[in-house]
Amino acid sequence: MSTQTPIRPTADEPNSHVHGEAWVEQLPMQRVHSHQSFFRGFGGTVKEIWQYRQLLGQLTRKELKVKYKDSVLGFLWTLIRPLLQLLVYSIAVGGFLGNSRSIPEFGVYLFTGLLCWTFFTDIIGGCTGSIVSNAGLVKKVYFPREMFPLSVVGAAAINFLLQCLVLIGAYAWNRQWPHPDNFLLIPLGLLVVVLFGTALGLLLAASNVYLRDVQYLVEVSLLFWFWMTPIVYAWTQVRDKLAANYDWLLQIYLANPMCDVVLAFQKALWPGGRLTIYNKDATTGQLVPVHGSEHIYTGNLYGRLGILIGVCLVLLWLAQRIFARAQGNFAQEL
Amino acid sequence: MSTPIVRVSDVSKKFNIHKDKNLKERVVNAGRSRKHAEEFWALKDISFELEAGKTLGLIGHNGSGKSTLLKIIGGILTPNTGYVERRGRLAALLELGAGFHGDLTGRENVYLNASILGLSRKQTEMYFDEIVDFSGIEQFIDTQVKFYSSGMYVRLAFSVAVHVDPEILLIDEVLAVGDEPFQKKCLDKIRAFQRDGRTIVFVTHGLDVVRALCDRAIMLDKGKMAIDGTPTDVLRAFRDQYSVEALPEAERGDKRIEIGEVLVQDAAGVERNRFVPGDNLCIDIELEAHEQTDDWNVGIAIFNKDDILVYGTNTHVQLMTLAPFSPGRKHVRFAFDDIALTESQYYCTVAVHPTNGPEYHRVERKAAFRVYTASHDEGLLYLTPKIEVLDT
Repeated sequence: MSTQTPIRPTADEPNSHVHGEAWVEQLPMQRVHSHQSFFRGFGGTVKEIWQYRQLLGQLTRKELKVKYKDSVLGFLWTLIRPLLQLLVYSIAVGGFLGNSRSIPEFGVYLFTGLLCWTFFTDIIGGCTGSIVSNAGLVKKVYFPREMFPLSVVGAAAINFLLQCLVLIGAYAWNRQWPHPDNFLLIPLGLLVVVLFGTALGLLLAASNVYLRDVQYLVEVSLLFWFWMTPIVYAWTQVRDKLAANYDWLLQIYLANPMCDVVLAFQKALWPGGRLTIYNKDATTGQLVPVHGSEHIYTGNLYGRLGILIGVCLVLLWLAQRIFARAQGNFAQEL
Repeated sequence: MSTPIVRVSDVSKKFNIHKDKNLKERVVNAGRSRKHAEEFWALKDISFELEAGKTLGLIGHNGSGKSTLLKIIGGILTPNTGYVERRGRLAALLELGAGFHGDLTGRENVYLNASILGLSRKQTEMYFDEIVDFSGIEQFIDTQVKFYSSGMYVRLAFSVAVHVDPEILLIDEVLAVGDEPFQKKCLDKIRAFQRDGRTIVFVTHGLDVVRALCDRAIMLDKGKMAIDGTPTDVLRAFRDQYSVEALPEAERGDKRIEIGEVLVQDAAGVERNRFVPGDNLCIDIELEAHEQTDDWNVGIAIFNKDDILVYGTNTHVQLMTLAPFSPGRKHVRFAFDDIALTESQYYCTVAVHPTNGPEYHRVERKAAFRVYTASHDEGLLYLTPKIEVLDT
């Protein structure tokens, strides 16, 4: 037997090797996923996913393609949906409920919040159905099942980037640009969304296989969650209501990771925080100044996000381990 | 020395059978379900090693665990105990098709599948034309696969699986779907794979395919490994499982003369149902006439397992004239010297009839016997050729 290590044929010489014993002998004997202990195995999965990174790109592309298949407007829907939301909240919350009188540049304010919220819901909503909707693949071929939720995260990230264009358009329109002072909050906030979303997404994806009610439960919970996050109103409005007597409730409110992320986004990306608007008082007719800076969160957002990242990392580890436990039976439960 | 390419070690797989899928049912049955969750061992303590370059056939009845085992080798299911080790790239065709996503076109699915199997985009591009060519569905390659017919689906799936250069190919009962020319193409490709020294694991109910293609067969029975050996031995054992007892099927006639017991005996008149070529065999038919019958004949027909008529005769074509049959019983014996039949299960259909007109009584598959041969010849007749090679 030659001492030379056989090399898998390159693109230029397909099938040139003989699949004889010598060839097979040098291939490593690999264990097909046997039972792993609960506490170990995370690293192995991460390594495996890294080996399949090219596939992850393909699955992400597939995810985007399938989402808007057979639709005329296709990708434009990515932009139409948040723009419509923006319009509705501007009219209803900004106009009718009068929030645009107390929050300068209310449209941009809304959109900064909606931007990260949409990213989050895209991840959660997409992940929940990701295993079930890919049943055809799950039942036939093996690759790490985590790839399905991860490809959803990838697709959501691309949607997020596209929607950022809308925000930039709004800046140009208003000729008001955010200050780069707090830009570091953006990657930290995004990291929290991705880690938190992926962890939750893994759990939901796995549980939805066993219990299809999960997807409906998620829909309802996200609605509740949306209103419990200061996106269409200012967090100060909650603070003013609660701070005096129910500080502990306020702390719970702020403990919502998405609340911190939204506050961070507003702090970094909402130019209205530096502006003052003047509203005419109905009785006296005088102009009353409203400072946007009042609505900016004053606490230590860097610290809060830092802690959240730590917590989310632990959560992600835990979620992956639970997912790994559950995934052995996916093929038969679908 | 042979190199193992697949090693299955003590693999067991348990399924829980529960039918309640939604929250309400789960809550309602919460207390009971744990106790009443039915456990079902689809596989129990399966261990074997497969050498590189071999073709293994897995056979067994429905629900014996063949497909589950294949899925575990493919990594799609995780065993409850034990593990599977293997080398190299594996392509699988499990239960009608590779992993296709219905909303993607054939082209997109080819790329997706190829990258799942570990090919780079560049490599896929190189194989792409060949894949499409082999599948013979160029016209539909840019159609979403959900619009494909099952035949087209399997064609493309098979084509992808054999073109991605796998070391191991798993095939689960997929060849049955394509049309005949495609099946032939697939078999040719499989033979080419065997010549390349690649390893193939088959699950099939087509026992002839196992015999024709495999070097080794494993029979599973209720999740356990029943037999592991050469295809001929395993197939023999598999057929042995069905009892040699005949199952009388259709019956017709006015039973003016009624067929009673039909026994298969050896030359000594002892009842027996296993024979080898060269044995003497006798079919003993008991008849009972209920009324005086002057015109009567007895006939037998012997069919093999594929329901092919191997031999048939009756007293009339044998130019016998039988004496009138008064009410009472008689035995008619058909004795054969030196039966020259190939290995199979044989069934005996018996009839009593007048020379012309409807049968008095006819029973299909009334008796059965089996022939075993030392060599494994094909066909119906057991001939004993003398073969010589001559230098000219």
